[in-house]
Formats: sequence, C-alpha cells, structure tokens
Amino acid sequence: MKSKSNLEKVFESGKWAVTGEIGPPASADPEVVRKKAKILKGYVDAANVTDGQTAVVRLSSWAACLIAKEIGIDPICQMTCRDRNRIALQMDILGIAALGLNNMLCLTGDHQTFGNHPKAKGVYDIDSIQLIQMVKTMRDEKKFQCGDPMTVEPRLFIGAAENPFADPLEYRTPRLAKKAAAGADFIQTQIIYNVEKFAKWMEAIRDAGLDKKIKILAGVAPIKSIGAARYMQNKVPGMDVPEKIIAQLKAVPKEQVAKEGIKQCIDIINQIKGIKGVAGIHLMAIEWEEVVPEIVEQAGLLPRPQFS
Amino acid sequence: MLTTKQKPLEQILGYLDKEKNIFLLGCKGCAEGCHTGGEKEVLDIKQKLEGAGKTVTGISLIDFMCNEGLVRATLHAHESKIIASDSLLALCCGVGVQATSFVVDKMVHPGCNTVSMGGRHAEWREGERCMECGDCVLEYTGGICPVARCSKYLMNGPCGGSTKGKCEVSQDIPCAWQLIIDRLTKLGRLDKMQTIVAPKDWSVSLTAGAATKR
Repeated sequence: MKSKSNLEKVFESGKWAVTGEIGPPASADPEVVRKKAKILKGYVDAANVTDGQTAVVRLSSWAACLIAKEIGIDPICQMTCRDRNRIALQMDILGIAALGLNNMLCLTGDHQTFGNHPKAKGVYDIDSIQLIQMVKTMRDEKKFQCGDPMTVEPRLFIGAAENPFADPLEYRTPRLAKKAAAGADFIQTQIIYNVEKFAKWMEAIRDAGLDKKIKILAGVAPIKSIGAARYMQNKVPGMDVPEKIIAQLKAVPKEQVAKEGIKQCIDIINQIKGIKGVAGIHLMAIEWEEVVPEIVEQAGLLPRPQFS
Repeated sequence: MLTTKQKPLEQILGYLDKEKNIFLLGCKGCAEGCHTGGEKEVLDIKQKLEGAGKTVTGISLIDFMCNEGLVRATLHAHESKIIASDSLLALCCGVGVQATSFVVDKMVHPGCNTVSMGGRHAEWREGERCMECGDCVLEYTGGICPVARCSKYLMNGPCGGSTKGKCEVSQDIPCAWQLIIDRLTKLGRLDKMQTIVAPKDWSVSLTAGAATKR
C-alpha cells in the first residue's frame, strides 16, 4: 500500500469505489463542513474537499479536511497550482500528511478571473502534471522538487482530474497517459451526461491500456433544475449536456424536476457500470448533499466496504 | 533591444537528435548586437553542427527576424533548401522563432534564450509573443509560446477548459495548446507532447526573477 487511504483499500479489494464531494463555506463556520460530512458518512469511501472552487475564497481545503476527518470521512484534499508556488505547495503537502490526511487531488485550478477576486495574480509556477510528479517524488523517493532529501515522506494517495469532453478530443487520451506516467494513482472525470461519448473515451483508454495503470472514477451529478442544466450546457467550459437530458427534465411537472434529476443520475450510474475499465464513481451533489444516500442506495452501491 | 543568450550546444544538439539536415537562421537585429545570432555566431554554430555530423543546408541572415513579413519574403528565396531540410535552427529571440514558425511548416528550434526586453518593442506588434522568461520552451511547443499565450502558463497543457479552440478565460483568446497541438499534428511531431516538461526555471525570468540592475 502506498498510503493509509480508505479509497486505496477499496481499489485493492477490487470493489467499485464511490467518492463524494464537500465544498467548504465562504466563512469560518466549521458546522457547514460537519453537516455535509455527516450526510456523506457511510455512503462514500472518501470525499473531495474543494480548494477555493471557481476561484472564490473559501475555508481552506486542508482545514476543512481535518474537520471532515473528525466526523469519520476519509478526505481527499484538493490542491491547486493557481494560488501556490512550488514552495507553498510542498509545505502544504507535508502539512496535510502530518495531519493524518491520506489523499490529495492535484489540479491546475479554475482561473482567477472566474472568482470573486478577478484582479488577483495567478501563480501557476507549476502545472497539475508537474504537481503530480512532485508529490510522487516526495512520497516514493523522499525528495523535494529541488532534489534535497527528507526524513519522513508524505504517504499520500495521488489523484488527478480529466475531462473526457474538453477539446482537442484526440489529445485527451495521451494527456491521461501523461498523468498516469507522472504518477497519479486515480483519476476523477468531469461530470458525465453524454454517456455515449464517455464510453468512446473509455474505449480509447482501454486500447492504450491505461485502465490497468490508473483507477478511473466516472464523475456524476444529479441536476436540480432546468436552469442549472442550461447553465452547465452553455456556461461551464468543457461540459457536455445533451439536449435529450434537458428534454427529459422538461417532460415532468416543475415540482418533480429534482426527482427526475436524481432518477437520471442513477440511470447514468447504471449505464456506467456496464462500461469496462471504470473503477467507480465520483458523485458530486454540490450544495445538494442530502440526496447522496438515496442515489448511492438506489444505484445498488450499498453497503460500502469496511476495513479493520 | 531583446537581449538573448545562446543556449548551451549540448541542449541544441539534443533538439536536433533525430535530424540531419539543418537550415540556419541568424538575426542582424538584436541578436547580432548581443553576439548571439549575427554572421559570426551563425558561422560558428555551423562549424559546430558539422563537427557533430550534421549537414547545414543553408544559411539566411535576416535584418529583423521579429518582422514576420520580412522573414516570409527573405525565406521565400531559400524555399527549396528549406524544403530539403529536416528543420531550422534560429539564433534569435523568441519572437523571431515564432515569426519563422508562423511562415515555415517545419520545426524551428530555438537556439537562444530570451532573457530581457531591454526597452525596445518587437516589430511583430500583434499581441504578446514572448515574455522574456529566460528558459525557452518553444522546442516542446511547435514554436508557439505557452508562457505568453496560455492563461495558466501550462507547460503540459491543455487544461480541461479548452473548448472549440478557445480559452476558458475568454472567447477572444485562442487556446494556446489547441494551436500547439494543431501545429505539431501538421508537422507529424505530436511525440513532442509525450515529454513531461519539468517545472520551469523562473529565476532567469525578467518578470519573476532578476531585477533590472541600473
């Protein structure tokens, strides 16, 4: 085992994994994190804790991870290159490992112009692939990026993200190969609504033998309203929301749209189960955590494995 | 004046590893002034390349390689020699490499690092082409600069926000990595993208490193 990660244990056991997501509040209120963690406990094997998602200032990921861990979640600390140079990144990597956190997700980060401080200077000293390589070198070779040795290494299970729907499409498989070669242990994908396109991407991934090198978690999320679906379709870069998904939501009375969204999500999970090479799902019910138990249960993914 | 320093010979030879026939370019503007890409330096590098078993197919010294129109007109006269070459090696600033990449469908290897702007604007004024980062990566990116043109300065791009050739930051900005992939695809050199480019040395950059001395 590379770490004490519960997620790694689930992968090792050969079972389908389920990860969730916790967004920290834009305040110093720990209760928000506790509440979300309590909802997810027992229904996910690990949960991402976002790092200033959409470039909005929020309670820091590592601190929120610690709060979630006290509740009994195995947190995945997200870390972006947007706000930290290689010095700060390595200090935080040592910090999260010393606090007993087991997982880290390496991201470049949403661009600062999208957030609530659009005049900020983005750092981007290194990119996500270089970050993956840096954590791996720290963990497996006990070396800092500069080459200096360390005594106690950060034993972290390394994650990364990939978007099967972003352009240029033909470069998406080589890019995942690059993330695997850099040292990522697992991948979480962008939210999937176009299952057909995702299945084609997975075919290319299998042809390249990448599903054997890296665990792939398919990103899924229930849609709460038609407005939210349209927003994702038109405003979120690299999102693919087919018209038929929106048509299904429009076909039901307004008060049942959310229920239909949950049904769609379960249906997508069931379709993904049939795609070879997928190691599990990453369920992102952002600001709608209370539906996670229902979705996980109805998708037949309970009970979650327990390890002593 | 764009101040350049010649890259170490070993690095240049590494770029030319799989190539035999090289067309050499020098710049009689800033690079000549910096003694990095004038006639003397171009003849010197020719000798070194031949010593390393390469064939120099031709030489062209251009008054200002940052002037894309002038590069196009000058290289037109050398068309057959350039077609017969595996690649071009340009002893000039990053703008010159990019102007050449803009007009020639061959790999254009950077022979110099651009380390400072020194107060003079380039002649190719349409947008930002070179950030004087001092650690030129145009070798990996098909002659299109991700430091100047990617919103996140990615060295191993593109990010997940690249959509229909545009940057996630604005529809007015072309995705630099889409341009890079298009160009490397056209040149049959997508293999360049397999290299995990190491973290950059920002200490040599004018904008993030050394201060102006006086």
